Amino acid sequence: MDEMANREKKTLWENLLSIDRRIIFIFIALAIALPLFFKTSLKMPVSPVVQEVYNAIESLPAGSKVLISFDFDPGSMPELQPMAESFFRHCFRKNLKVIIMGLWPQGPIQANIALDKIFRELKEEEKAVKVPRYGIDYVNLGFTAGNEVVIDRMGHDFQESYPADAKGTPLSKIPLMQGVKNYDNIDLILNLSAGYPGTQEWVQYGVDVFHVKLAAGNTAVQAPSMYPYVQTGQLTGVLGGMKGGAEYELALKRPAKAVSYMFSQAIAHVVICLFIIIGNIAFFTLRKKKTLKLEK
Amino acid sequence: MRWQIPLLIVLIGGVFMAVQYFVPLEFSERIYEYCVDWVIIVGVFAMGLGLWSLFRVSVGKIQTKAQGWGYNFITLGGLFGMILLGLFSGIEEGKQFMNLFWYIYTPIQSSMFALLAFYVASAAYRAFRARTLVSTILLLTAVVIMLRLIPLGPVSGLNQTVASWILTVPNMAAKRAIAMGIGLGGIATALKVVLGIERSYMGKE
Repeated sequence: MDEMANREKKTLWENLLSIDRRIIFIFIALAIALPLFFKTSLKMPVSPVVQEVYNAIESLPAGSKVLISFDFDPGSMPELQPMAESFFRHCFRKNLKVIIMGLWPQGPIQANIALDKIFRELKEEEKAVKVPRYGIDYVNLGFTAGNEVVIDRMGHDFQESYPADAKGTPLSKIPLMQGVKNYDNIDLILNLSAGYPGTQEWVQYGVDVFHVKLAAGNTAVQAPSMYPYVQTGQLTGVLGGMKGGAEYELALKRPAKAVSYMFSQAIAHVVICLFIIIGNIAFFTLRKKKTLKLEK
Repeated sequence: MRWQIPLLIVLIGGVFMAVQYFVPLEFSERIYEYCVDWVIIVGVFAMGLGLWSLFRVSVGKIQTKAQGWGYNFITLGGLFGMILLGLFSGIEEGKQFMNLFWYIYTPIQSSMFALLAFYVASAAYRAFRARTLVSTILLLTAVVIMLRLIPLGPVSGLNQTVASWILTVPNMAAKRAIAMGIGLGGIATALKVVLGIERSYMGKE
């Protein structure tokens, strides 16, 4: 009987050492989906790199020009779209002039999605801030091919890369673009990046050559690569992944999508950690058993 | 001459682009801008070449009925469907082109990205085993970084400090070393191309 029980126990540890991936998938699906039904938000401190981005926008006087480059596509929406919405909220609240562009073809469309949402919010709010007007308060230049070359050309003259906006209106006929020749006329550049071309190229071709002031929002995978640039001062600050987006929403005192998604992400991370712990307990138990067996 | 002329163009172009950076004259700036324009032009042609290559490969697979050739029909349908809709119905909000973008392209891309969560979880469970000292360090680092998102009561502060230290000290040192390595490698490769030592870009000799 004891032998049979031992055999069963051994099988259990062996099973725990190699859990079927479909079981892991089910747990992860539940861990991600279920928390979305609870309106719980996690309390978290705003990290210095995020606070720096907030301060960079907050310190600008009304009417300052901010260039936002949307260098991502729908694949990175969950992480970067909340950041885009927060940037717009902050800029319009401060009455800043926003110039939108994209080094990725889908980037400027992502900007339009965020703008639609922000405009709806502004209209619904009781103490409504005036809804920004196209061409006066913001403009979407669209996408242009050329990757880092576009950044370089814009440093000389915006018209070289963007003779017209996304709707085909020549820049010379857009009120917001009057007096904007190159980066000298831009107070801050914000970059939302999910890869190449993105923040690294903005640092190399925008900051290093034209000495622009740059802050960025990156996917969680990409963010650790940007910390060296923050330390050297090439980047003012960086928002890393959904956590960075959530911290920015908290800094803005306007918890939104990223804050609500963080609970889901946190539970998923707990589940992953639990699986790792179970795997290691099973690994050590089996190894100990094997050693004891060999000693006998 | 078939080899010498391209090598000469690369040599002159490479040396000029390196030197012009240090020459603060309008003349050098203009030539630089002219060269850079070519990068955009070549990029646009590359896009056309990519489309042609996709078309040729897909048609080839359909003709030979290679494995999964049915998917190539969908590829070609998507390619030409979007081009034709964009050309004839416009790309403004509310048009069919944008509806396809919203309701097909965006969910597909988001789903592809979301699938990563499942594979990462499965891979983490299998890979993070404390077999050796190095793998134990990797395991502990991963757990600390993941747990920084979660409120852990009195331990939260300590965990945040450790996670922040990991990101700003060892992570930054490694990233910087990798960046410098890539930079030096890039310079070495560029020098080899400019000096004609590396000629693989010209095809077979």
